[in-house]
Amino acid sequence: MRRQLEGSQAVAQTVARCRPQVVSAYPITPQTHIVEGISRLVRTGELNGCEFVNVESEFAACSVAIGASATGARTYTATASQGLLYMAEALFNASGLGLPIVMTVANRAVGAPINIWNDHSDAMALRDCGWIQLYAADNQEAVDLHVQAYRIAEQLSLPVMVCMDGFVLTHAFEPLEVPTQEQIDEFLPAFEPRQVLDPDEPMTIGAMVGPEAFTEVRYLAYAKHIQALDTITRVAEDFREHFGRSSGGLLESHRSTDAETVVVALGSVFGTVAQVVDELREQGVSIGALAVKSYRPFPAQELSRALRAARRVVVLERALAVGGGGIVSADVRTALWRHPVDVHAVIAGLGGRAITRRSLRALLDRAAGGKLGEVEFLDLRRDIVERQLEPAAGAERPGPHAESILRELGAVRAEPV
Amino acid sequence: MSRSGERFYQTGTFAVGGRLLGEDQRAVQSDPARSNAITKGHRACQGCGEALGARYALDAALRATGGRLIAANATGCLEVFSTPYPESSWQLPWIHSLFANAPAVASGVAAALRAKGREDVRVVGQGGDGGTVDIGLACLSGMFERGDDVLYICYDNQGYMNTGVQRSAATPPAARTATTEPLGSDPGNAFGQGKSAPLIAMAHEIPYVATATVADLRDLEAKVARAMGLHGPRYIHVLVPCPLGWGSATAETILIARLAKESGLFPVFEALDGRITDVARIRRQVPVSEYLRRQKRFAHLFDGDGRPDVVERLQALADRNIERFALTAPATGGEHAGTGGGDSGGAGDDGGNSSGEERADAGIGLLDALAVSERGS
Repeated sequence: MRRQLEGSQAVAQTVARCRPQVVSAYPITPQTHIVEGISRLVRTGELNGCEFVNVESEFAACSVAIGASATGARTYTATASQGLLYMAEALFNASGLGLPIVMTVANRAVGAPINIWNDHSDAMALRDCGWIQLYAADNQEAVDLHVQAYRIAEQLSLPVMVCMDGFVLTHAFEPLEVPTQEQIDEFLPAFEPRQVLDPDEPMTIGAMVGPEAFTEVRYLAYAKHIQALDTITRVAEDFREHFGRSSGGLLESHRSTDAETVVVALGSVFGTVAQVVDELREQGVSIGALAVKSYRPFPAQELSRALRAARRVVVLERALAVGGGGIVSADVRTALWRHPVDVHAVIAGLGGRAITRRSLRALLDRAAGGKLGEVEFLDLRRDIVERQLEPAAGAERPGPHAESILRELGAVRAEPV
Repeated sequence: MSRSGERFYQTGTFAVGGRLLGEDQRAVQSDPARSNAITKGHRACQGCGEALGARYALDAALRATGGRLIAANATGCLEVFSTPYPESSWQLPWIHSLFANAPAVASGVAAALRAKGREDVRVVGQGGDGGTVDIGLACLSGMFERGDDVLYICYDNQGYMNTGVQRSAATPPAARTATTEPLGSDPGNAFGQGKSAPLIAMAHEIPYVATATVADLRDLEAKVARAMGLHGPRYIHVLVPCPLGWGSATAETILIARLAKESGLFPVFEALDGRITDVARIRRQVPVSEYLRRQKRFAHLFDGDGRPDVVERLQALADRNIERFALTAPATGGEHAGTGGGDSGGAGDDGGNSSGEERADAGIGLLDALAVSERGS
């Protein structure tokens, strides 16, 4: 039964129906509605047999999850942005220990300048921490991915991040189908941990490993992620059979199979991209779109196959590698190393700036005309940056660009009163 | 803070005490069927106070819980020397996650046990002073204030020994570390810095806080047993000399721990719900110099003309502790009610006297007399 629900509330209800036994969380916008929802469900008893631990930091949130998961409890936490970075050390640890924690990341920009709105800077900064990263295109998929995440995590003994765009998804109301308790119980078997702290079978977890075996341990982590490509695919197929709708998987194609130009994107912008693709198709443009649903593990072979016919790939990047350029496009280029394809990184929608159909159409027109550079910034306000980049501009007032720009715009006083 | 009904004049060994005591009063370590939480083969240095303290503490906790115990360990010496790949010294379920998060990991274990209805299994978190007093303090405070059912034990060797003896917030003033080199006229670690984790713990008004040293292992065992008899967050801070970092003789670990207590530099006490309920009185007060001289980390205070002014400041710290914690006050019977182990006066307590000192000095004689008279013998 579809109900009009906020994304966060739908995720909270879904996670609760996955029967987590320990939920630890620390508030950060825009993740808060999810954990508020879960704490309420624990409080009312709707979610039975679950300990909700109000911790003092995201670092502790992940650490509590580590302890709980190692004790054999199904575990959940959620965070965003600075919070994700604050738990960075614990994230590497959780994956290194092979603990199947599931976490929602309500994707948000990372400061400075501080910014609470959506982009993928947070998850991208932690892309190599060993967690599986799944990206939801809409709220129904966000809901469904959480159910799949527990299956994938517990099957592989690996932690999974479900990335959903902050505000754009977390705070959006849509008609959504929240799986019933019976459906989830049928799809998701009880958690049987691979390793558990138990006095009946004392076990040491987290021992030191030196040069004699560290490479092998890391290789096994790599091999497990390769294995995960298969698991993610099978779990998505199984989900479709159980629930009658498609969600998750590795990639999703929208008219990309025979397209000359393919736009690659992660997350909620995919809907807008697909719309623009349809508009351009009507005009006879050979264009398609490809959503990367699983960014870690990165489905390089599948992507390479999917882009076989493409001559031009435009990667919409919701994050920026300062000093480098695109992030996802680097993975795409690596995947396409055998193909003579132009790959363009388009940095777009940073810090919550809307990616509009109009902007995308202008961008893709330029792409079709072969006018895109290697790295582009969508809707960059040239007037602002050029003033700042003038040789003399920064000299008198060294300091953060953000404050300098605000002075330029008259938003703050240029001189002390 | 006496832990037995008998007074021992023998020194340094618990085997003697074990034989003389009744079954119920014998040390956990005197039991051949003890659990050996940290078994042989670990890589601790000779004379390591932490290995000793951890073994006594965890064996006592294992006995108190009937072996139903899980430990969460912070990164540090204890973790490194006990789990070199592919071996482990731990005979109980044990997890090491990170440097700063042992209290939170322990909270997670406790939460999981609660959720699974495993009331029979208890949790200990442990780490060194760096992992507890410095980098782990936020997680420790969080665990305390939430009321999580965890005993956290800090093995305090007063510095970052695992990384090569750098200063921590538990390093005493004037001490030499690799980051507080004694150069110039104001040597070693600064005065007026650092913090007391036990007092911070007490400020959380948690059910149980205690300090102990490896000089009185019976006392440590009793405190661990006592802590395991309570629920909620509990904290024990154990002074564990580090021959490597302190520049002390490996054979003098126990002696140095005792001198820390007997000089007043390390007050040994017990607190319930944020209120001090018992202190281990000084048996034979020693000037701090007797403690300092045995450690190379304080050698700069005694080389050449030495720095009597700095030693004087350290003595003032000890004197302040003695006054603040009433470390030389005679026992007053009633306030110790319920501290377990047939306690009455602290003066008769002996986990082994240092090196056969005479017990003839006036202060001890008086205290002994009081203690004896309290027992009515």
